[in-house]
Amino acid sequence: MHEHDVVVVGAGGAGLRAAIAAQEEGADVAMVTKLHPVRSHTGAAEGGINAALRDGDDWELHAYDTMKGSDYLGDAPAIETLAQDAPEEVIQLEHWGMPFSREDDGRVSQRPFGGLSFPRTTYAGAETGHHLLHTMYEQVVKRGIQVYDEFYVSQLAVTDHDEPEERECHGVVAYDIKSGEVVGFRATGGVVLATGGDGQVFEHTTNAVANTGDGPAMAYRAGAPVEDMEFVQFHPTTLPSTGVLISEGVRGEGGILYNGEGERFMFERGYANNAGELASRDVVSRAELTEINEGRGIDEEYVELDMRHLGEERITDRLENIIHLAEDFEGVDPLKEPMPVKPGQHYHMGGIETDENGETCVDGLYAAGECACASVHGSNRLGGNALPELIVFGARAGRHAAGTDLGTAEVPVGPSARSETEDGLETPVNPGALGVDDDVAADGALVEPSEVVEHAVETERTRIEGMLERDGINHAEIREDLQRAMTEYVNVFRTEEGLKKALETIRECRERYQDVAVSDPSRTFNTDLIHTVETGNLIDVAETITLGALARTEFRGAHWRKEHQERKDESWLKHTMIAWNGGSPELYYKPVVLEGENKEYEPKVRSY
Amino acid sequence: MSTQIPEQETETETETDAEQESSQTRRVSAERTRAGMDQRAEDELSDADETVELKVFRYDPEVEGKKEPRFDSFEVPFTKGMTVLDALIFARDHFDSSLTFRHSCRQAICGSDALFVNGSQRLGCKTQMADLEWPVRVEPLPHAEVVKDLVVDMEHFYDQMESVEPYFQTEELPSGELDEQRQDRANREEIKMSTRCIWCGACMSSCNVAAGDNEYLGPAAINKAYRFAMDDREGEDMTEHRLNIIEQEHGVWRCQTQFSCTEVCPKDIPLTEHIQELKREAVKSNLKFW
Repeated sequence: MHEHDVVVVGAGGAGLRAAIAAQEEGADVAMVTKLHPVRSHTGAAEGGINAALRDGDDWELHAYDTMKGSDYLGDAPAIETLAQDAPEEVIQLEHWGMPFSREDDGRVSQRPFGGLSFPRTTYAGAETGHHLLHTMYEQVVKRGIQVYDEFYVSQLAVTDHDEPEERECHGVVAYDIKSGEVVGFRATGGVVLATGGDGQVFEHTTNAVANTGDGPAMAYRAGAPVEDMEFVQFHPTTLPSTGVLISEGVRGEGGILYNGEGERFMFERGYANNAGELASRDVVSRAELTEINEGRGIDEEYVELDMRHLGEERITDRLENIIHLAEDFEGVDPLKEPMPVKPGQHYHMGGIETDENGETCVDGLYAAGECACASVHGSNRLGGNALPELIVFGARAGRHAAGTDLGTAEVPVGPSARSETEDGLETPVNPGALGVDDDVAADGALVEPSEVVEHAVETERTRIEGMLERDGINHAEIREDLQRAMTEYVNVFRTEEGLKKALETIRECRERYQDVAVSDPSRTFNTDLIHTVETGNLIDVAETITLGALARTEFRGAHWRKEHQERKDESWLKHTMIAWNGGSPELYYKPVVLEGENKEYEPKVRSY
Repeated sequence: MSTQIPEQETETETETDAEQESSQTRRVSAERTRAGMDQRAEDELSDADETVELKVFRYDPEVEGKKEPRFDSFEVPFTKGMTVLDALIFARDHFDSSLTFRHSCRQAICGSDALFVNGSQRLGCKTQMADLEWPVRVEPLPHAEVVKDLVVDMEHFYDQMESVEPYFQTEELPSGELDEQRQDRANREEIKMSTRCIWCGACMSSCNVAAGDNEYLGPAAINKAYRFAMDDREGEDMTEHRLNIIEQEHGVWRCQTQFSCTEVCPKDIPLTEHIQELKREAVKSNLKFW
């Protein structure tokens, strides 16, 4: 068994920042990650990092924009923390040598982004995430932080107290992909989950193949509730054939969207009379799909994004990467013709419930970055707000896990924050575990830290051996059916009937997953096994997204319901919480915190 | 699940009879799993207008029938825009789930899937099947130890990358907490291409010098050194220090300017030029002290 003070799971932006922060506080840190750090999907982020750095801007404006963008479902203490800490974190990256784009005076460049009242998106070409990822990995190398790469964490080692709030996380179980060994990692200080996105729940996504929601699924089954899972961001400009992202930076620099009739529909069809193409992402995605559904798309599938008028010089200077992406993945030269684009799954606002220090209700278990929900983004994330989230909350979680006092958090977590229980939700099938759930056998007997880890290792070893030895069906067909159902029914436009159908398919997938088997008998680099475990996680994540979507009978941010076309503040100004509850998921709500440091945010009509 | 599909003609045509036999032995245990996969593959193949054959290197040190390296053939339905990675994923998800290769982002930024495709180093996700001669032959990167199938051991590559102090170092940070260092646009432009490296290892694999000298830093690591040595923010003393590192016995002077690294780099980094420029800087710097 390995032992460290802090174990960070995942090595993208949030994980790297957490590891560096914990190490700076004197902790012995290990990063355990299924991909080598530089392979992480943070590297695919293009647009930039929002931070109030300049005269005329301040953190309060950033916080206000973020709250408005969230459609008033973000928690003020988390949003204000993001806005306050972002400038320092961005400058820290610059001091670590990150190659930001520069102004004539040598200072870092910022550009306009959707939903922002000031051009505060700090960028490095259209490959900001790549530079952020590599810059932070360089710091990890410099500090000699231990990285266990190609180790797949498949379970958390948590005590088995009845109440999640009494549980403690003592480590993780990982599968060494190269050797096939199942190994325990004991964390004396804390475990930080930084596993990133879960876009593989959907068919058409900008997410990497590795973005399978491992963190949310593991934390959920270990007792930490998941929050606002119904809020999934669909990015308006992805390439139709692959889902590759075309940065919002294109529209930020002046790119224009046209429908099949050559109309600049964002204005001409009245979707966003002021902000046009730079309205919030949910608004633009719905506009595009409405155009397509009403017959004004191109090939009934996409609209066009034109940036030719910006001129080759400006495009090459600020968006060069876009030229390569459009050429390599769609066969289009964007200097000569418009790019076909359509909405694609991009980011998950929901995730593991944490406070603004990154801590969950399970003692010693932290989460940061996309896998977490603090909640900063509420029902819709603004472009340029994901990267500051990674570094701000990654750093805080790392520091806290290393034992630093960050003060008492104001965002309440855990089932005790419940304000009401959802007991009227009618589902066509039961969600949750089939039969007895053996992930956490809650009898309160298992509390000694190394025993907790050893027990988890044994459980996981048995599970993995079982999948390797038995005959059964391949996970790939289950995954494909799951992705299809989610894309058909839990996409941008949602109906009660569709959501119920999705729940039925998810249930079928869960039943079939009981018979899943790994046909590759090898202990060496068995990706068949890894993908099979991931598919199990996708099922849990998909179910929570769909349950949340069915429960929330209003239209807010990225969550659109056919039968409920209004934001209903009187009944829905609250977070949707789902607790695994030993395999019988329980839905409940907790209030949104709109009380900020020195003001109360007043929900207003959100128009752009 | 009981639908038993006979051994496929289209799938896994091994090179020799002996190998075929052993690979079939291995397959027996997985037959039930395969039956479902085969059915889906059959359906998709019969709907396809065109199919393409992939010949894929297979090796697994601990699985009967795969201990001796061999090539398996997979017939996959060809679709417009299909990349080598798409074809590999189809083969894995429809014919043989043990087919092993690294991949993640699908958009040429994670650097996981550098492969040896029809005899040259390429990223699988960025290489269109339509641009290749068929059948398409896919092998692991040469000059690296094969772990399994298309997966190679990257440790040596990472060690070389990390040996050049691949992190920003400066003594001259501005005093104000929120003050950034200034960098002029021209200097940022100068290092821009070098910062695009995705650590895929294609260059190192293509380099004859690296193949013959295991201690040679290799094009990627030297490019990393270039990225910092040319960055004005680090200051002159640090540049000096960096030039010392790359001037070592197995450093820049080993490069024979064959341009193979530059040719295969999927991010179009002018690697050979960067190496040459560092040679010039090193000479200039040495002259300064004479």
